[in-house]
Amino acid sequence: MVPLLSVFAAFSFIIMMFNLPLPGGTTGHATGAAIAAIVLGPWGSILAVSIALAIQAIFFGDGGILAIGANSFNIAVVGSFVAIWVYNAVAGKSALTASRRVIAAGLAGYLSINAAAFVTALQFGVQPMWFTDANGAPLYAPYGLDVAIPAMMIGHIGIAGLAEMFITAGVVAYLQRSDVALLSLTAQKDAESKVDGTWAGTRRLWVMIALMMVLSPLGLLAAGTAWGEWGAEEFADPAARQAITEASLGATPPVDSTPEGLLTLGSWFEAPIPDYAVPFISNEVVGYIFSAVMGTGLVMLCFLLYGAIADRFRNNNGATN
Amino acid sequence: MGGEAHHGKRRGNFIQRTIDALTETLERSLYAEQFSEQRGLLQQLDPRVKFVSMLGLIITAAAARHVWVVAAVALCALFFAFISRIPIIKSFGPIWLGMFIFSGLIAFPAIFITPGPTLATVPWLQWNVSAYGLQSAVFLLLRSEVSITLSFLLIMTTPWMHVLKSMRVIGIPTLVVVILGMTYRYIFLMLQSASDMFEARQSRMIGKLPDKEARRLAAATVGVLLSKSFQLGNDVFLAMQSRGYRGEVYTLDEFALRRSDYVAIPFMLLIVCTGLWFGLQ
Repeated sequence: MVPLLSVFAAFSFIIMMFNLPLPGGTTGHATGAAIAAIVLGPWGSILAVSIALAIQAIFFGDGGILAIGANSFNIAVVGSFVAIWVYNAVAGKSALTASRRVIAAGLAGYLSINAAAFVTALQFGVQPMWFTDANGAPLYAPYGLDVAIPAMMIGHIGIAGLAEMFITAGVVAYLQRSDVALLSLTAQKDAESKVDGTWAGTRRLWVMIALMMVLSPLGLLAAGTAWGEWGAEEFADPAARQAITEASLGATPPVDSTPEGLLTLGSWFEAPIPDYAVPFISNEVVGYIFSAVMGTGLVMLCFLLYGAIADRFRNNNGATN
Repeated sequence: MGGEAHHGKRRGNFIQRTIDALTETLERSLYAEQFSEQRGLLQQLDPRVKFVSMLGLIITAAAARHVWVVAAVALCALFFAFISRIPIIKSFGPIWLGMFIFSGLIAFPAIFITPGPTLATVPWLQWNVSAYGLQSAVFLLLRSEVSITLSFLLIMTTPWMHVLKSMRVIGIPTLVVVILGMTYRYIFLMLQSASDMFEARQSRMIGKLPDKEARRLAAATVGVLLSKSFQLGNDVFLAMQSRGYRGEVYTLDEFALRRSDYVAIPFMLLIVCTGLWFGLQ
């Protein structure tokens, strides 16, 4: 096992350097944790990716020495387990060469890196709650959960997730053509004998996604409004002004009620679903779930649309050159 | 000409960029290795003493609750680099800049959005600079710079295999050390293979590869590397077994403390303890 682990750790290290072109003109790097988990299984992948991360931190100065543990947990442990779980759930007992496995691999890559990013965001977000100096100034990561989670997730849902998705799906598709034996190590036992299974195996995945959507009202538990996300009416209400003052560590909002910019700009834009509550659904929790479902769909649609426009734009450019 | 510049090699071509990244990695480690042979202060010390000292200083900087303590550790690191005859600007400049841009991107918004007393207001934009935000941004940047400087100091003044061996001082198992050592060698082998594969493709290509094709090429290259890794891992394992490997690892341990080490140990201990004492107040 020693040489095999070493070789795979080196492989993971190299993957992290690949610069992958993504739809829309950006590029991204993948971690390779998902493909390592699909080929080696989660335990082998955890070791290989952790060693690659350690060498990156110690020898190449990427990642920080004291952060090796956190990095390994997020990318190697969380990434590998989510990847193999999603992959096996979606691929089920399908044949090793089934195209369903490519889709399963893509999803595994996308969801695993996003799960890793989410766990990382949680670790960032709790730091200002726990580590502050005598005055209350943050000693380590300065952003709370309300900033850390969106900041981490936007980049990963949009760029890093796609890089991981393309590389994982692409490698599985390549191995199906050229070295299918490598896919048999983690596949379910009778996968080879079956021609192509049903989609019943995806049930666990759908349950997970549904669970995440149902859990979305957790956001309601956060007291009050997110810091900095105040509306004009909150500046006018004395009780809300008191809450803003407390949230801003004693800095009172401007005296003459609402900032002018907020008044003018605030009336220009009316969100279709203000405060995440769908107007025709009176129950706030149900509205929240509905908003999550719609939001997910909208994000997917935006990406498809953006990719299509970017592709067309590039093709036109290529034709005129 | 305009079109040429727009589709410039570095910007547009993913193969070229990947080759560049791979070569840069090779160059960086070769550059680091050349200093471990020079006669400087840190080069004279036992790797174990250096490893524990640098780790101690990194922990001191991470644990400190005052910016000035982190800055003092940074000055210490610069002093060590100076007396170890490492060209500071040339060696650390690019690393600091990269770190500054990366950590700076993360730290910058904190200056304005962290709640706290207002220090100043940016003219035109009307953004308030928060004292706490500024402090946490400085902490974040300074800590990353200190950590990366100290780890590079260790790497530049110590051959990699010695760094690995010295890790056993803090209780890292021999097996892990062996895997780290083998991985490091395979990285160079695979960097070479990956670079060769991309160059072979690049040399037969005119113009820019469409993104879809580029992604397919990247995935295929990773796939080939994966197959090669499996083959190589199994071959090496068989070769090791045929030479008597039965799962136990023995390494030669020639480290021995010298007089300079006995001077360095209390000195380093003093710095770390002082730093921790002031930092944790």
